[in-house]
Amino acid sequence: MAWTREQMAARAAQELRDGFYVNLGIGIPTLVANYIPAGMSVTLQSENGMLGMGPFPYEGEEDADLINAGKQTITELPESSYFSSADSFAMIRGGHIALSILGGMQVSQTGDLANWMVPGKVVKGMGGAMDLVAGVKRVVVVMDHVEKSGAPKLLTACTLPLTGARVVDLLITDLGVFDIARGKAPLTLTALADGVTLEEITAKTEARFEVALA
Amino acid sequence: MADKTQKSAVDALAGRLFDGMTIMAGGFGLCGIPENLIAAIRESGTKGLTVISNNCGIDGFGLGVLLESGQIRKMISSYVGENKLFEQLYLSGDLELEFNPQGTLAERIRAGGAGIPAFFTKTGVGTLVAEGKEVREFDGELYVMERGLTADLAIVKAWKGDAAGNLIYRKTARNFNPMMATAGKVTVAEVEQLVPVGSLDKDNIHTPGIFVDSIVAGAKYEKRIERVTTRPREEKASA
Repeated sequence: MAWTREQMAARAAQELRDGFYVNLGIGIPTLVANYIPAGMSVTLQSENGMLGMGPFPYEGEEDADLINAGKQTITELPESSYFSSADSFAMIRGGHIALSILGGMQVSQTGDLANWMVPGKVVKGMGGAMDLVAGVKRVVVVMDHVEKSGAPKLLTACTLPLTGARVVDLLITDLGVFDIARGKAPLTLTALADGVTLEEITAKTEARFEVALA
Repeated sequence: MADKTQKSAVDALAGRLFDGMTIMAGGFGLCGIPENLIAAIRESGTKGLTVISNNCGIDGFGLGVLLESGQIRKMISSYVGENKLFEQLYLSGDLELEFNPQGTLAERIRAGGAGIPAFFTKTGVGTLVAEGKEVREFDGELYVMERGLTADLAIVKAWKGDAAGNLIYRKTARNFNPMMATAGKVTVAEVEQLVPVGSLDKDNIHTPGIFVDSIVAGAKYEKRIERVTTRPREEKASA
């Protein structure tokens, strides 16, 4: 047993606070928008130039001029605003965004993140991820605990090119939750997914970690 | 007032294209791309291009058509994951590629257009992006030096514009277009609506005409959507 994508997104949503401006990455992080607690005001930023992202449009109401950073059609809200990419990254790099939730390929025990390329194989690019991890106040990574091959992804040191060094505050995987604190404190397991044992998560983790389950 | 209007995208680029030149192209994905000017560059056959653009279109549309025709020698981009041909050309060594973090790319262009040769940013410190670049400490934190970026030609797309070159963009189609308009030695803009001078709201002009050398009304707009994503309509409650 482990958490599903939806359960991981729901756990990540517990990091949201009232009044936060938040940037959500592509994939599982996008699902976090479905778990914003009722009554909580959270404003979603899209780095291609929008603050206050609304839901997906109804069929037939798509607007080619209105997309999110994942190139999906979206809608605006009464409070939305549009701006250039330079203004967008002034928000991000300037520390005006409270929380960024991103996907990951590898995370190290000191909070390094790799999520943008596999040399010789996958050439996609970092997009806005390097700016987000460098500039946003709190960085949460959501990813599977191991690769499809079973190889661990939470490592003593990343083997893939880094997106940022000492940038991850919290890691949520399908097996549990780790406090990383950008490497300022020891890596600590704080929660286990339903039905996951300490033995299992230890066997599937290369990084050394302490245990402080709530 | 000089009338900057040109009859067609081909006319607007006449005498402005040469082999080996550097071109900035606005847009994010397929949103806000200068479709008509890209088609005119395709038609011109100009080659050996260095293209600065956040993405490189998709296979068969946007800047992707210039990849197919072999006119691009080098790309400076932040993300090319939507384009299979791009990955193939790069991995086989037929295409040069410089990845820039998206915010660094935007700021390099903004700086270039504003006459700022370099700046320092936290983005990329400790990664491949910082290799070979000056890293300096400010107030206890490390920053990497990035250079301002300009181009021989910038092609941008706006929603509305006038003969003076004033531009207004629409929604998220703005993206990189305003900075690129400032950073081309020559800037050519295409618009969906070319409107009479005096009809744009002067308080809401995004790109003032000084940055634009030529303007053309796009002959046609396909405005493709990369990922149509919708939600189901709620069932109407029966009365």
